[in-house]
Amino acid sequence: MLEAYKHKEKLAYKPNDCGGSLWSDGWIRLKKNKLAIVSSFILGFLCITAVLTPIIAPYGYEEQNLLLGAAPPSASHWLGTDVFGRDMLTRIMYGSRVSLAVGFIASGVAVFIGVLWGSLAGYSGGRTDAFMMRIVDILYALPFMIFIILLMVIFGRNLLLLFLAIGAVEWLTMARIVRGQVLTLKQQDFIEAAVSLGLSNWTIIRRHIIPNTLSPVIVYATLTIPSVMLLEAFLSFLGLGIQPPQSSWGLLISYGVETMEEYPWLIFFPGLFLSITLFSLNFLGDGLRDALDPRASKD
Amino acid sequence: MFYFILNRLIQSIPVLIIVITATFFLVRAAPGGPFSAEKNVPPEVVKALEAQYNLDQPIWQQYTSYINDLLHGQFGPSFRYPGRTVNELIEAGLPVTAELALYAMLLAVFIGVSSGVYAGLKPNSIHDYLPMSFSMIGICVPSFLMGPLMVLFFGIYMQWLPISGWGSTPGDKILPTLTLGLGYAAFISRLSRGGILEVMSKDYIRTARAKGLPARVIVFKHALRGGLIPVVAFLGPAFAGLLSGSFVVETIFQIPGLGRFYVQAAFNRDYTMILGTTIFFSTLIIMFNLLSDIISVWLDPKLRDQYRHNK
Amino acid sequence: MDNLIKSWVWLLGFTLITFVSIAGCSKGQSNVEKGNKHGILHWGNGTDPQELDPHIVTGVPEHHILSALLEGLVAKDPKTLQPIPAVAEEWSISTDKKTYVFKIRKSALWSNGDSLTAHDFVWSWWRALQPKLGNQYAYMLFPIENSEGFARGEITDFSRVGVKALSDDVLEVKLSNPTPYFLQLLDHYSMYPVHKKTIEKFGKAHERGTLWTRPGNFVGNGPFILKEWHLFRSIVVEKNINYWDEKKVNLNGIKFHPIENVTTEERMFRMGQLHKTASVPIDKVKTYRQNNPNLIKIHPYLGSYFYRFNTKIPHLNDKRVRKALAMSINRQQLTDRVTKGGETPAYTFTPPGTLGYSARDAFEFNPKMARNLMSEAGYPNGDGFPVTELLYNTSEGHRKIAVAIQQMWKKNLGINIILSNQDWKVYLDSVNNGNYAIARAGWIGDYVDPNTFLNMWVTDGGNNRTGWSDPYYDDLISKQAPVSLDKFDRYTIMAKAEAVLLESMPIIPIYIYNSKSLVHPSVKGIHPNILNYVLYKNIRLDNTLIEKEMD
Repeated sequence: MLEAYKHKEKLAYKPNDCGGSLWSDGWIRLKKNKLAIVSSFILGFLCITAVLTPIIAPYGYEEQNLLLGAAPPSASHWLGTDVFGRDMLTRIMYGSRVSLAVGFIASGVAVFIGVLWGSLAGYSGGRTDAFMMRIVDILYALPFMIFIILLMVIFGRNLLLLFLAIGAVEWLTMARIVRGQVLTLKQQDFIEAAVSLGLSNWTIIRRHIIPNTLSPVIVYATLTIPSVMLLEAFLSFLGLGIQPPQSSWGLLISYGVETMEEYPWLIFFPGLFLSITLFSLNFLGDGLRDALDPRASKD
Repeated sequence: MFYFILNRLIQSIPVLIIVITATFFLVRAAPGGPFSAEKNVPPEVVKALEAQYNLDQPIWQQYTSYINDLLHGQFGPSFRYPGRTVNELIEAGLPVTAELALYAMLLAVFIGVSSGVYAGLKPNSIHDYLPMSFSMIGICVPSFLMGPLMVLFFGIYMQWLPISGWGSTPGDKILPTLTLGLGYAAFISRLSRGGILEVMSKDYIRTARAKGLPARVIVFKHALRGGLIPVVAFLGPAFAGLLSGSFVVETIFQIPGLGRFYVQAAFNRDYTMILGTTIFFSTLIIMFNLLSDIISVWLDPKLRDQYRHNK
Repeated sequence: MDNLIKSWVWLLGFTLITFVSIAGCSKGQSNVEKGNKHGILHWGNGTDPQELDPHIVTGVPEHHILSALLEGLVAKDPKTLQPIPAVAEEWSISTDKKTYVFKIRKSALWSNGDSLTAHDFVWSWWRALQPKLGNQYAYMLFPIENSEGFARGEITDFSRVGVKALSDDVLEVKLSNPTPYFLQLLDHYSMYPVHKKTIEKFGKAHERGTLWTRPGNFVGNGPFILKEWHLFRSIVVEKNINYWDEKKVNLNGIKFHPIENVTTEERMFRMGQLHKTASVPIDKVKTYRQNNPNLIKIHPYLGSYFYRFNTKIPHLNDKRVRKALAMSINRQQLTDRVTKGGETPAYTFTPPGTLGYSARDAFEFNPKMARNLMSEAGYPNGDGFPVTELLYNTSEGHRKIAVAIQQMWKKNLGINIILSNQDWKVYLDSVNNGNYAIARAGWIGDYVDPNTFLNMWVTDGGNNRTGWSDPYYDDLISKQAPVSLDKFDRYTIMAKAEAVLLESMPIIPIYIYNSKSLVHPSVKGIHPNILNYVLYKNIRLDNTLIEKEMD
């Protein structure tokens, strides 16, 4: 049983002939991970399609064909049509724009706030740190799902509120991770050197601390995106997320559930795309973690 | 240890107060009141209704009287169900949701830990890849997709299992539990695998091996305790997730539980019901987080030391 | 290590076997089979009832339950909807049609054995009008003299209200106007009798939500008594042996299942869990009509699906615009392809065939004429027409219709409409406060008479909400029609009013509601009618039908 571990240790501590930085080492390791590479290609493809949708979509977004109604996949409609006769491929493409946008933007918001907060707290130390992390603890204990639902019901479902609400939930863990990293970094020599050089705190944070926290941040950010997308889909499913005429994959799935028996393609395809995207993001995140920090424990 | 618990309990109080106050004012701020109806409600009727529910008092007064009632354990009358107090409604829905969450949690822990440990003990082999692939599926296929698909397959095509209700037909608890629990099983599976991997490379395990102890003893007596720490730490947030996951599962399977009422109450502007359920859920979540923190500290000697010194 | 694998495999196998055996168990007798044997009807009842106090509730699910537990003076024949005796065994109407005298049958008892007397009705209607109770259906009693004043608190002496018990079994009711539909009103739950002693045992008469409606406390006079009330799960009623017509009642009990989700309800029906559903999912209608036409029952319902215009908005203030919008909707296509329930396209507001009243179609689908009207109004080809918002309450069905109509208006008139949906309560507030341009609406008639549809639109009527006002309309509806003694004369006045309404078009009628439900063939005695009215004592369950596989 222990032989397996020796093998793993060998992988992690393999000496590099060129002797490079963390990043080039990471890149080499990442390239070896076939799943991660495939995932990144898939994601890239999806993102490009999402951006180009208005140009390349086969049909208009609102184009109805009431005479056709819901039809299974065919030559003219590769993924079938919905009850209005709207082309599903087009709807899924437009849905991808919203789902991916929510995923990336809300994660971006979370990362931004979390990194700033965590580095500030970790670097300042002492009372400031304790205070800032106490706020994180308090916020962590709040049942956010409940509040998001409440907010959505009360203030209506607009996209901006959705971004903010979701971002506000996810930044907490990011802050904790970053703070942990910063605490370790603070002990390092090169930080001491920078301090003795007389650099201002802010410059130190900006130039030395943050770049060195990037690797767990990137990993965690890549893993946040799928949970954000899931959250948006969950809310849309309950009827509290995106509202028509916009549509996201979550919303498309919720429509599909109702007519699952008669028109299974209405739930199958959006579900497929959502799952594939989530898979790819997770594999990529895992791959990045293995590549950049192979000794880190999974999750 | 005692001070640690006390400390955390005291910390929870401001959280609760924030939750209660924020929810109270948020809900009142919402457009759409509880008494609006399609057929016009004449003003004198609205007045009578508002008087019965104290809505005609200034808002600060409503707040203080609500807090007062809370301290006596009364959540107030429901708006939507005139004859019932929120306490009654919670009592009606809670056992169902609690049972669902419990079964899902048990399922998740049981399947998750056993498959994760199993995978972790033989890393990078088929025993590892297979469970981990399934767990990836569980993580990436959300419950609101998994649920309907299972309903379609097990309930409608194969007609093996009932597809709605809870406790009304034998076997109707299976699909909802699976839908809610499998996602968490997947996550716990990965956590356990990671935890076991981490622990197995530790020195004290190597010592045990060198001592010649049989594999089963090593795993169950020594490795599990350390390896499951990340799982235990996850149980707190997992519980919160299970509660919110119950919203969707209860909707799909028409289960008369608290989660479904919460969403409906929000839509119906049933102020007291929203408040009551929010407070109730929040308290549960806070307690569960506390419990999971306590157990993690108890399990992990390093954390224990840390807290003893920080006391 | 292999021991570990072995134990895991065993555990997996064990779980699988348990799983399969539990699953196998679920194929017991279905609700329908058991129900047919024991005489229990399983009824899909939509939303969970709020309460069971007839003077507080407002919904249809509550109505289904209350009409099992209570009975009014007069009931309706399920086939013709004509009044038939219930608690009152006969009645007489004065020549000026304003005084009714009811003879209450001596055999009428409460479920606890108490005699049911005319005094019970007087007290019950007194209670229904209590301002503090907040009865949203108090207006059903307003045809009674001075009742409205009493409800508003303007009159405090109840003896001035036009209801008197002349003796224990004679009840006299005085109306302010000849109200031809008055007998129908008596069948509404707000006019049902309630048991005074029970209510006063648990609280004051005007207290909402006391315990008197709980199983074991509830005393009613209907064919069934309340046996169980499991919040959110089911309500069970069983046969009332003290009911005066008890011999006629075939059912032994009814179980009401609150199922909100239409799709779930249909599945339950297929699995034999329900005898009757409250509705049918739209996409299943065609399948049933083709494969199982004997299971699906569709018929027109006394309700109108329409859009309101906020006439205070400048560009919607022009009736040519409103008419153009009305004429450019292809209603046939809507009901064929979007709603698919076989609804009747509406070219009048009052549903046709409302007890003999049929207004003349006021317009038709005519895009060309619509375009001309728009040009006349100053928007040739839709140029210059401001982007207008169409509001509807969040629901798949309303969304589908709104999307389709949005497209039709774009195609036929060249105008741009944006859609907006709000949750039910928010939407109600918006419409009530005039925060909308065009809003979806629905109206179910309370009784079968054009008045319930037409008196909405009087100036400043509580249900008007469009800002439309026409004094001639008000005169016809509020002054002329109520005093008319002749049925056809009255109908003519109302038809004139409806023509006035549709000439101005402050609302766009879209289609007449349909009632759709699935009914198991073993259920006999339910007749289609425009009110979806069911007389429970007529229903019986045929136990001789062999269970066939339902697709």
